[in-house]
Parts: sequence; structure tokens; C-alpha cells
Amino acid sequence: MRKKLLDSASKSVENFVEQPKTLAELRAGILAGTTRAADLAASYYERIAQKNPRLNVYLSLTKERALAQAARVDDAAAKGDPLGPLAGIPMGIKDVLVMRGAPATAGSKFLQGYRPPYDATAVAKLEAAGAVLLGKTNCDEFAMGSSTENSAYGPVRNPVDTERVPGGSSGGSAAAVAANMAVATLGSDTGGSIRQPASFCGVVGVLPTYGRVSRYGLIAYASSLDRVGPFAANVRDAATLLSVIAGHDPHDATSSPATVPDYATESDKGAEGLRIGVPAEYFAEGLDPEVRACIEAGISALESAGCTVKPVAMPHTKYAVPVYYLIATAEASANLARFDGVRYGPRSKDSATLADMYRHSRDEGFGAEVKRRILLGTYALSAGYYDAYYLKAQQVRRILAEEYLRAFAEVDAIVTPTAPTAAFKLGEKTGDPLAMYLADIYTVTASLAGICGVTVPCGATKAGLPVGMQVLAAHLNEGTAFRVARAVEARD
Amino acid sequence: MGKEQKMTARVTVEEVERVAELAHLELTPEETPRMLDDLNAILDYVAELNELDTSGVAPLAQVSELLDGGGSGVLRDDRVQPSLDRAVVLSQAPETDQVFFKVPKVIER
Repeated sequence: MRKKLLDSASKSVENFVEQPKTLAELRAGILAGTTRAADLAASYYERIAQKNPRLNVYLSLTKERALAQAARVDDAAAKGDPLGPLAGIPMGIKDVLVMRGAPATAGSKFLQGYRPPYDATAVAKLEAAGAVLLGKTNCDEFAMGSSTENSAYGPVRNPVDTERVPGGSSGGSAAAVAANMAVATLGSDTGGSIRQPASFCGVVGVLPTYGRVSRYGLIAYASSLDRVGPFAANVRDAATLLSVIAGHDPHDATSSPATVPDYATESDKGAEGLRIGVPAEYFAEGLDPEVRACIEAGISALESAGCTVKPVAMPHTKYAVPVYYLIATAEASANLARFDGVRYGPRSKDSATLADMYRHSRDEGFGAEVKRRILLGTYALSAGYYDAYYLKAQQVRRILAEEYLRAFAEVDAIVTPTAPTAAFKLGEKTGDPLAMYLADIYTVTASLAGICGVTVPCGATKAGLPVGMQVLAAHLNEGTAFRVARAVEARD
Repeated sequence: MGKEQKMTARVTVEEVERVAELAHLELTPEETPRMLDDLNAILDYVAELNELDTSGVAPLAQVSELLDGGGSGVLRDDRVQPSLDRAVVLSQAPETDQVFFKVPKVIER
């Protein structure tokens, strides 16, 4: 009998899921003086100490800075001074965003020991709004990956099932929210790196419109695709966070001057009357039947909420992954040329010439996937292949973007599964780069088109693994995506 | 576009080595065949794009042009402003002389 119990215990899923309080609940406590920011931060550090050894969510903690900020919030609250919208809220920051003086590894050995001399704009805006930044979260090396298994500091485990990946590349930021090791976090999304891990971990993730949030202080992967965005436990909180970090920044020439709406209030408007497009191409072969069933149930819920649902045609969808991997790797090969052992990062010892020093430093600093992508990108940009690969990919990128523009003339939002499957097992796809790339099949198109989206939890598989619905909207229409996501979240 | 170019999957070992050299990457004897296989698999896959006729389609390098009031072309004035402190920046470098970054010898003389 005892033996049997042990067996079943060893087979049971190890689960670290815990729901954070909402921003509204926490804010009410801070304003009333019943919650102190310092105590809140301490309780989060305690939970991190318990869970991090198993989950590997945080790569470093920024305790001194967090506690100083918490003290400032508590002082202001005691004096009755006005408090920012995120006063005292404990948050985590993906380790590709820089914080002055704090480690910023980007999941790479190359940046071990690096201490950036400035703050990313999104980080500075969070702190100005009162957020308490707990530390830096684990990710795939230079944000290249779909499982966080490419981190030089070991993989993150999914809090829902520790034998499974949290998705990637922002796996640490997604898992932190799922395990309540932060109330909310920031991540980056180049081809799906916020949306896919949010889906795998059962949290909300936001892909802001390209240019909506400044990229200043984001360690660059593919500059024409990179976005900074929030993770939260619910849609309204994610909307509040986006309003804080969005806006024009003179340090990022691609940042949009468009005014920033109050997205939380926008999200309160309800989804009634919105026109929802469903592209058949996102429900074709390769979609797990259990994921399909969850998304179809979500679409029914939108109909019940008063949306009209209609098919939209996106016939070029299947070309998005090839286009994405050519453009992203081409840009990466240029962006990662800066890692040369001259200005930061460790330098390989004993190189006689400058060329040897570059080569040895990059060999020692980069992991296999980063090298693979630099090689692919360099190949696609090299003389004799540029037109056939890079230029061709840019032409198809326009076709894909225009397909969305046409669809958004007919519908307000498009809904799809966020990923073709629920979270896969650790090690399941590490031997096959192409299989790993296909995990991004539903997310890369929006990346290429520059449009915005939200992924929202939408049911679970029989094994209890979360499924996410991706809600996409036209450029700068985040408010619409939030309204639809709220309706999915509120379904029975 | 000049002479017609097509995606021709099947990279050779020599090409992998040439590209690695262009990218200042060093590949070990074990890494080269693995990268060769991976690159060929990926290039086979992306060759799907050959099915599409893209003649007359302008390339889209980045999306700002698609956005109303987007940031494209909105540049700040070119004015001299205080930048990061030299000592702070140099403190991150592996080797400096307090004024410049130092690197191994570039030219033999």
C-alpha cells in the first residue's frame, strides 16, 4: 500500500502555480496603509527563495534597489503624497532589458559580469510609476528560442508541470507570474517570445504594436521585429502596465508619437458588437485537437458576449515562418556583431591578433543556437544570396502585412490559437531546430506585420496544461485586443 | 535584381566555413557537420518561398511606413548632448588604458 502511494506520488505533476492579487487589490491595500510595500517585497523575496531553486526563474535579484524603492513608496503613502499607478507592485524584468548597475546577461555567457551603465526606458517608466523591481528573469540566449532551454544558465521549469518547458524566449517572465514570484513582469517578443510562453504558463501576455513601447535598453535581437511588453495574471492588469510603459521616446527613432490611451479603461468597454475574424489557416494540420477545442469554445464565448464571428482569408500564412527566420537571423547577424570582446563581456585570453581575439571570444561566449542563427543570417545576407533570400523574404513580408491590413478592413480583431500545442516536455525539441522554429507558427506573422495582440488563457488540456488564445488587432488598436481578451477571460 | 537567383538548398562544408569566417565565428571540427546539416534542413524549408511570384512587390524592411503617424522619418534634432561618462563605460571593458579600449595588435610592423 505504502509503495503504491509513493509510486503515484512520484508520477503526480509537481505544480508551483499560485495566483497573485490584482493590481487594484494591492493598490487599495497600499493606499489604506494596510499593506506596506516593504513587507510585500519581502514576502515576494521569500517566495522566490522557496521556488527559484526548482524553477530557475530569476537569474539575479536587485534587492537593494527594490527595497529602496519600496521604502520610498511607503514614505509617500505615510505622508499622503500621490502614488503612481504601480506603487509598491513587485515586478520582474527579463534579462534582456538593462537596469543600471544590475547584471544583464541576456541568458548568455558573453555578458557574464556586465553591468550596464543606464536604465532601459520601459524599466525607468515602471519605477517612475512606483513599481518595485525584484530582479532579472531567465530567458533563451539573446532571446533566441521557444523553450528557454537555450539559456546558458539552465532552463526554466514550467510552474504548471515542472517536467515541461515554460515556452520562450521570455520563459522566466511568464513562469514568474504563473508561480506568483512577481505580480507582473516585462518580456520581449520578436517572433512570439511573450505570447507563446504566456500561453504555455497560463498567464496574459501583450505584444504591443511595433513602436508603441521604446526599445531603448533592450539588448537587440532583430531590430525591425523586437517589442517590449508586459505579462500579468489578468487582462486588465496587463492593460494598466502597457499604459505605463508605452509612449514616444527620443532614444528610439522607431517609437510612435501616437498618444497613449488608458488601456485599462478601454478594456472595460466590453466586446459587444465587435467583429471577430477567424482565419482557417490557423486551424489546419498540425494544430493539437485539444487546443483546437479550447479555442473553439473561446470563440463561442465571444459570440455569446455579442461579437459577430466571420471567417477571414490569410492564404499566405504558411510562408511566415520561413520569412521570419530569414529576416530575424539576418538582423541578428548584424546586431550580434557588437559582441566582440572589446567593449564589454569577457575576452578570450591569449589571442595574437585582433581577428583571432574576435573569433575566440565569440566562440567561447555564444551557445549553439546563437551561432546557428548568426550563420544562417550571414549566409542570407552574403554576396550571391542576398536577393534570393533576404530580399525575397522582405517582399513576402509585405504580402503578409498587407493581408492583415485587408483583413482589418473587415474585422476589428482576429483570434487564433497562440501556439499549436500546449507546453512540451523539456528536451523534446532540443535536437531539432526546425521543429522548435515551428512552435512559433501562429505568432511570427503578427511580428512581421507590426500589429498588436494579447494572449489570454482559454481553457486547458485534459492533462491540465494551459491553452492560450491569441487576439490580434490592427496597428495601435491595443484597446480592441484588450476588450476581446477580457471577454474571453470572463467566459463561463 | 540582376541575374535570376533562386534559393539553392545544399550548402557545402566550404560554404559553412566561409560564412563562419565572415561572421567571425569559430566552429570546432565537431560543430561544422552539425551546422551543415541544420543549415541545409532550414534552407530546404525556406525554399518554399520560391513558390511565390514576388515580382513587382516592394521589399518591406520595417513597418513604420504602415502606421498612421508612425515614427518613420521623425528624427530628433542633431544636437550635442551629454552622454555616458567615459570612466563608467570603460569600466565594463576587458582592457583599456583609461582613455581608449585596448585590443591585440592589428598591424605587424
